[in-house]
Amino acid sequence: MLRRISPGWALIAVPSLWLLLFFLIPLALMAGYSLRPDMQGPLFALDWQPTFANYLNILGNASYLRLLAISAGIASLVALCGIVLAYPLAYFLVFRAGERASLFLTLLILPFWTSYLLRIIAWKIILGPNGVINTLLMSTGVFQEPLRLLLYSRTAVVITLIYVWLPFVALPIYAALQRIDRSVLEAASILGAPPPLAFLRVTLPLSMPGVVAAFFMVFIPTMGEYVTPLLVGGSGGSLYGNIIQTFFSQGLNWPLGAAMAFLMLIGALLLSLILTRVVDVGRMLG
Amino acid sequence: MSKKPSPWLFLYYLVLLVLLYLPIVILFLFSVNDGIAFTFPMKGVTGHWYQDMLRNRELLEALRNSAIVALSSSAAASLIGAAAAIALMRFKLRGRSVFIAVAVLPLLVPFLILGVALLILFSSLNIERSLVTIAIAHTIVAFPYALLILMARLADFNPFIEEAAQDLGATYFYTLRKVIMPILAPTILAAWLVAFTVSFDEYVLASFLNGGSPTLPVYILGQMRFANRFPQVIALAVVVMVASLSLLLLAESLRRGGAKTELKPVEPG
Repeated sequence: MLRRISPGWALIAVPSLWLLLFFLIPLALMAGYSLRPDMQGPLFALDWQPTFANYLNILGNASYLRLLAISAGIASLVALCGIVLAYPLAYFLVFRAGERASLFLTLLILPFWTSYLLRIIAWKIILGPNGVINTLLMSTGVFQEPLRLLLYSRTAVVITLIYVWLPFVALPIYAALQRIDRSVLEAASILGAPPPLAFLRVTLPLSMPGVVAAFFMVFIPTMGEYVTPLLVGGSGGSLYGNIIQTFFSQGLNWPLGAAMAFLMLIGALLLSLILTRVVDVGRMLG
Repeated sequence: MSKKPSPWLFLYYLVLLVLLYLPIVILFLFSVNDGIAFTFPMKGVTGHWYQDMLRNRELLEALRNSAIVALSSSAAASLIGAAAAIALMRFKLRGRSVFIAVAVLPLLVPFLILGVALLILFSSLNIERSLVTIAIAHTIVAFPYALLILMARLADFNPFIEEAAQDLGATYFYTLRKVIMPILAPTILAAWLVAFTVSFDEYVLASFLNGGSPTLPVYILGQMRFANRFPQVIALAVVVMVASLSLLLLAESLRRGGAKTELKPVEPG
């Protein structure tokens, strides 16, 4: 479809410039900023010595590293629980829902499109010592004291995040299951595989790209999460994202915050790279 | 593969569906609950939080700010999204795959990082934070949605129509205006609605980049500290949630309607 080249370049010029100015350059600036020794002087004045002190600071600080590990653990836990809960949903929609499958899918996805912040706030109203569940349990006399599990804590953060991501997790698994060639499943059944075996040996392996996509699509944004811990995490529920947010919002130490953000960016990019090696992201999202 | 109905899976689906909608129902109940704290059993039903909401000027100002940011960023995102989608789907451009990879990246980079990066950009250029800086950030995160929706639409409508127009003597940009844009219009509208909703709900970027005059999500989170003002904030949130869901359903029906009016090539013989 090669016609004249010029209109194509004219059309792509503004979008490219926009992405360069407000996406790529800011990320590069952030990387540069993370090498600053302090916050003295304007950024464009190049009178400072680049240093890796901020990175050494992070790597030498046990509490930062611990929080990074906890955040990665929580992000994995949320992604895995989401997958376990969402897989049967996707399986149902693809193989058992019949003609109403698209209606069922829309109903499932709809909550994901309502405000993310409001859904977290809803959980703040539900959990907590004076939350809906605890007051309900105490008013019925089942418990005398608020249930510890439901207090603002990392557990509350995990529950809330699983809830927030669940409809989203089902999507890539749904797409992967839908692409399985039905004749392969028929072959398994004709050759005498009982349904559970056919599922384990045929359906599950063929749907793995969707499962992997779902994992990363939850893991990456959860690593950057700081609002949920802020709202339902309580005093001990902070995650890696919360330190970055604090460094910037309170103007404490931007270069150190930039270094932490840059480390997270590198992690996110590496994981995205693995993701694109495993699955066709465009088709997953489309 | 037998398509036998499976009652257990259906039941599982229904239970999860109820659990997914329950918090939203609780938000609604909270907004009509006659009391500041929401405890079971409810104390009584009232509409006065909705009345308070209409008299709260700060809250209405935040709503207006969100509307300004969402309108401008979604218009920009869907227009540059349309330009990029047409360029990518109708021209052989070098660096096509690089562009797509970079354009989709904002979906994979945590908003926290983008917020930090833009904060550093704007403050090093001495640009005051304002609604404009929030709107710029929102175009970046809404752009991939607009691009993917529009590319999908362009993939299934036939380029021969455009070629016919040009064979008949139309210049490329005349064809763009008279042929491509009218066919693409419902999809652009759908992309615009999705971009609008993305911007309207966005909290993280808005909290990093606002200049003291908050958008609605930033205002809502700020009000969490004041228990007595909280129910009216939730009341507004419920109104906004219903409105944004309606917009999204409209976008979905436009997207599907747009795909139905396509012109298919005549199959030979």
